[in-house]
Amino acid sequence: MRTFLRIIGGLAVLGVIALLAFIFVPVQRSKPAQELAADWQPEPGQGEYVMHASDCVACHTAEDGAPLAGGRAIASPMGTIWSTNITPDAETGIGEWSYDEFRAAMVDGIAKGGTHLYPAMPYENYRLMKEEDIRALYDYIMADVAPVKNQVQETQLKFPFNLRFGIRAWNWLALTHDAGFNPVGASDLQDRGQYLVEGPGHCAACHSPRTPFMSQDGVTADDDSFLAGGVIDGWNAPALRGEGSAPQEWSVGELADYLATGRNTHSAANGEMGLVVEHSLQYLTDEDNLAMAAFLKGMDGAEVKVPATLAAAGPTPLPPAAADAAGEATAKLLTEASPEMPLGARLYSDNCIGCHFASGKGAPGIFPELQDNHLVTGSETAPLISVILQGAEVSGTAKRPMTLRMQGYADRLSDEEVAELASWLRKAWGNDAGPVSAADVAAVRGASASH
Amino acid sequence: MARQEKKKDVVIVGLGWTGSIAGIELAQEGLDIVALERGHDQDTVPNFEYPQQIDELKYGVRLKMMQKPSQQTLTVRRNDGETALPYRSLGSFLPGNGVGGAGTHWNGLNWRPQPVELKLRSHVRDNWGEQIIPEGMNLRDYPISYDEMEPFFTQFEKVAGISGYAGNLNGEIREGGNPFEGWRSEDYPMPPLPTTYDASKFRDAAKAMGYHPFEAPAGIASTAYVNPYGMQMGPCNFCGFCERYGCYQYSKSSPQTSILGALKRMPNFEYRTKSEVLRVELAADGKTATGVTYWDEEAGEEVFQPADIVILSSYQLNNVHLMLLSGLGEAYNPLTGEGTLGKNYAYQMNGGVSMFFKEDNFNPFVGHGANGQVIDDFSISQNDFGAEGFIGGSYWRAGTFNGQPIRNMPLPKGTPSWGAGWKQGIGEWYGHAMSIGSHGSHMSYANNHLDLDPTYTDRHGRPLMRMTFNWQDNDLRMNQFMKRKMEPLAASMNPDIMQAGFKDIGAQYDVRPYQTTHNTGGHIMAENAREGAVNRYSQTFKAHNVFAMGAGNFVQNTQYNPTGLVGGLAYHTVHAIRTQYLSNPRPLV
Repeated sequence: MRTFLRIIGGLAVLGVIALLAFIFVPVQRSKPAQELAADWQPEPGQGEYVMHASDCVACHTAEDGAPLAGGRAIASPMGTIWSTNITPDAETGIGEWSYDEFRAAMVDGIAKGGTHLYPAMPYENYRLMKEEDIRALYDYIMADVAPVKNQVQETQLKFPFNLRFGIRAWNWLALTHDAGFNPVGASDLQDRGQYLVEGPGHCAACHSPRTPFMSQDGVTADDDSFLAGGVIDGWNAPALRGEGSAPQEWSVGELADYLATGRNTHSAANGEMGLVVEHSLQYLTDEDNLAMAAFLKGMDGAEVKVPATLAAAGPTPLPPAAADAAGEATAKLLTEASPEMPLGARLYSDNCIGCHFASGKGAPGIFPELQDNHLVTGSETAPLISVILQGAEVSGTAKRPMTLRMQGYADRLSDEEVAELASWLRKAWGNDAGPVSAADVAAVRGASASH
Repeated sequence: MARQEKKKDVVIVGLGWTGSIAGIELAQEGLDIVALERGHDQDTVPNFEYPQQIDELKYGVRLKMMQKPSQQTLTVRRNDGETALPYRSLGSFLPGNGVGGAGTHWNGLNWRPQPVELKLRSHVRDNWGEQIIPEGMNLRDYPISYDEMEPFFTQFEKVAGISGYAGNLNGEIREGGNPFEGWRSEDYPMPPLPTTYDASKFRDAAKAMGYHPFEAPAGIASTAYVNPYGMQMGPCNFCGFCERYGCYQYSKSSPQTSILGALKRMPNFEYRTKSEVLRVELAADGKTATGVTYWDEEAGEEVFQPADIVILSSYQLNNVHLMLLSGLGEAYNPLTGEGTLGKNYAYQMNGGVSMFFKEDNFNPFVGHGANGQVIDDFSISQNDFGAEGFIGGSYWRAGTFNGQPIRNMPLPKGTPSWGAGWKQGIGEWYGHAMSIGSHGSHMSYANNHLDLDPTYTDRHGRPLMRMTFNWQDNDLRMNQFMKRKMEPLAASMNPDIMQAGFKDIGAQYDVRPYQTTHNTGGHIMAENAREGAVNRYSQTFKAHNVFAMGAGNFVQNTQYNPTGLVGGLAYHTVHAIRTQYLSNPRPLV
């Protein structure tokens, strides 16, 4: 018995020691993925470019706040996470951070002082970045970004998520991949695209599914679930591979147009993706947007044909497409406009048809297609309801400077009417998605009213 | 003491079509630019959004997009013997207001002048002799030719996104286009829009009489479109709400759809709204301008904005007014012919035939501002002025351009204008009417001019501008000629009822009913400072760093809607500034 107690006692002591070690022993930080020469200097503009490619601004800038000064609320299933100030202000920003500390934040999710960052910071993805890019980014922030004194609201999640040491265990599950980038080797252009998609672009953070532990299920091109579709903040981040996915349906040029300008022949970028275009992708070179498009297109083995340019300046007339076989019946119903047509179709005729047309094809580059549109047919219906109620906006970009705005219909349509319309859209032109209820609409209307 | 703003390279007065063109083209040179706009800011959304925008009572009848006479107006009289009275209620013409200016609420008809229209005096002299020019008509050539302007018409059409089909492509006449137009170096950037039933009915009748119908050139998108600045348009849905409205569909050419989004992104460009320019300030020697003084509506104070270059790009009437107030030339004296400011004010001479068909349904709620089929068989280049006794011409158009129910309700003459009889008339005839319009030239005359009013002042204490204008026999004879030619064509379509509306000899100008907002002249282009206020580059003879854009440059009005020529001249002017003036500021002529 004594022996048994002694063993138990020993194990308990060991357990406490292990727990204390787990909490207090500093985590090993990853070594640089590549060694840079002692006299290495970034190319002019490289750091700012990496900042754009990594989309730092979108999260680390509050609405109407100074760029990179933090304070944006990021919704997570654990509660609201407030983005930090990453300007080089010594007191409230990262002005006192060494380069090794900065790298640790990027690749291991460890802040100066050893605190674990919440994985809202996509270090799962940034850890794939090249050493020289991380270094260039650091140099840029320290030398070229103006320090902004801005004490950001502290993130306070509920128990147990407020115990940051727990992230250490989470990291054992999430960070199974080594730091650094491994190209598939399809072509130089596709490898460049793969790098941008996997690393700085951190596309998997939204477009890969999540494991039961909320880590990314698919971080690199080797993973089966990589970019197989996810849900973020109530929005579907559609699958970027597999049948029916945009990269398989669209050409490389159309994909690249979408990335660079937030719009293409088929669709328009709303919600989170709109922010990515606005803050990140529009600043990338044509070659890089084409590279990402080429990588995505070729990921499942499709033929990759890369155009010379994207979103060229006009004059370019773009005739709208006629209804295709799948959409013909709906187009006929709308064109005949019988008074007997269903309420959803009538509401569409009264409110939507002027831009999106009987074909449901919209008009290239300006009015999105509603047929096979992931926002229309997604498992998450709040975005579609929200667009009908509140409208949508695609910000102007360098190559397509017009801000496109669809007006909302909250004042014009009741919850029941929006539900009828949305349900009808989800079945029109061959779309095949389930109905939307008036209660769903009321919930979205209520949520936006309280904002 | 006026507040003083930081000096700019360029100050632009008025942010409509020509101000936007000057803004983006000069911003591309890296110049530091500010545009001052008297009115409010506005964009497709939220200002023109559906369905609020298609409120005919608010915008069509109560004219909410237009300049308010209480803010700015002018006085009007028909001849020197009358006392001019203020234009207190908008009627005959509707100057716009706010960002985009008249470019937001036009119908979208985009024409180039015919080559002979720019050299009209020479055309008359060479074919019939100068003796056919009536006394008092200030008929002149433009100091620039069609061939010189062609690249700039093309450039504007690409920016504005014009739909149509070229009838004269590099000299080759093409079936289905306008055989009487000047040559085009390229086809229109977009194909023509489909046509409504009334237009096709007119087309068939015109063809049967041997005329040459074609689709009206439209600043209305027939497809989705991307212009050279990357700006975009969406295809028109024929809602019929163009004139007096902003387009909610991104379909109508406007500064908003064509330029402003790209311009606003440029860090060296800024614009200030509710900033009404009161005068251009001249240097002590009077040979250059130092900037402009404007009224800051929000601050309630005068502001001096110094600048190296001043671009006057407000509406024609306001440009002339500003120039008169600023001493940018001498006021025109019709008795002596001396002076140039206010000279050659001209307008448009229009008429038409309405037809009622019991058996035809025209669906008059379907259309757009530049809809329809046109013939140019009675245009300026086609008419025998010597034989017919007038100088001028017109184009004819049929096609619903107003799909709005309050004002587009033509009824046979004699139908009561209210009560049960009116209702019965509507029941019987709504949807059964169509019309053919004649859109005609208007020459310039010594009698028709603009100057400063001796009596009335505006809210800033400045004299109002005074318009002296009346119809003249030459243009009325042209109008009657059109009536004689159009009635047989209309009769050939066998309407149940047909009624003509053409002003006849002796008609007096009536400023109350709407006619057209094609006010032209007043700071006309000329070879020399004796004849006009600006040279071929729209540069004022008085101050070489002041450029005056717009229809005020028109020597006399053409038979067409003015926007195509206004846009072409604007590109011609900014091209000269970019290539000739910036490197060596001086009088370019």
